[in-house]
Amino acid sequence: MSFINYSSREINCKIVYYGPGLCGKTTNLQYIYQKTSPDARGKMVSLATETERTLFFDFLPLSMGEVHGFKARFHLYTVPGQVFYDASRKLILKGVDGVVFVADSQVERMEANMESLDNLRENLEEQGYDLDQLPYVVQYNKQDLPNAAPMDELSKLLNLTAVPEFSAVATTGDGVFGTLKAVAKLVMMDLRKRK
Amino acid sequence: MEVLYEEEYRAIQEVVERLCRDANSKAVLLIDKNGQEIASSGEIENIDTTSLSSLTAGNVAATGGIARLLAEKEFTGQFHEGEHTNVHISIVAQRVILLVLFDQRTSLGLVRLRVKKASKDIQDVLDSMANKSEQAKPSIFEEITDEDIDNLFNDD
Repeated sequence: MSFINYSSREINCKIVYYGPGLCGKTTNLQYIYQKTSPDARGKMVSLATETERTLFFDFLPLSMGEVHGFKARFHLYTVPGQVFYDASRKLILKGVDGVVFVADSQVERMEANMESLDNLRENLEEQGYDLDQLPYVVQYNKQDLPNAAPMDELSKLLNLTAVPEFSAVATTGDGVFGTLKAVAKLVMMDLRKRK
Repeated sequence: MEVLYEEEYRAIQEVVERLCRDANSKAVLLIDKNGQEIASSGEIENIDTTSLSSLTAGNVAATGGIARLLAEKEFTGQFHEGEHTNVHISIVAQRVILLVLFDQRTSLGLVRLRVKKASKDIQDVLDSMANKSEQAKPSIFEEITDEDIDNLFNDD
């Protein structure tokens, strides 16, 4: 849930990166962290296992400029992608303002993508959200891999509601900021609508 | 959308400062359940309070998840004992988290006692905040245009 603090003149919003295990959610955040100037970001917190799989969440606070004297601050979270961490995923979705679904473009991960997307919808519904009403974008990551499915095919399977979609290679940063800006903008537009 | 106006902020800040003083603690943070810091007091210069808030909220959410699995409504308090710093975490009015950092200068008993009083005071402010939110909607978004939002995301 967005939090507007008139005292510190801040608008705080929560964006969650969702997707199947190993699709590149953490890599998105790491790239954003590396490429943002230190005064615009806080520390990146990763609660990961010894093998660097996300155990609970990654967290990155980010400032994105000012509107009418209010600092726009976005708290970026990732969920653990592995199927058995569902209880943790539900907790992280609480109070979400915008969602990025990171899909793994590799053909053999298509079922995992679809399963994760269904899971996102269900978990949101459990918290009283409707994905179709939330600021939401889709990213097709790992587009550089030889076994990546083409965008239009991915779109047909994973973006039935035609939300903004982005091709990405999170390891090199392609599409990472495009995705973030698109969802952040939708969040701000949504806040204005709900004013 | 949660809105904190100047007046309530000052009231909350006062409670947090008083708690920090009366409990003889190192620092006190008030955090919303989504991990946003609301107010803080004490020795916080060398603490990353943004990360601390987010992790505390994550911790409380996970503990709440455990409570539900065990058919408990919630665990209202947590205590972590460290070598130099102890942490007392409690949930106020089911919606905000009060975090107290303390050391050997005080005791868990005193912290608990002062937290109880502060929780009541915070609840009162939150109640008045809830009433006010219903009456007056925030105005900041009325002034923001599409162009303003576009401008936010123009440069890398």
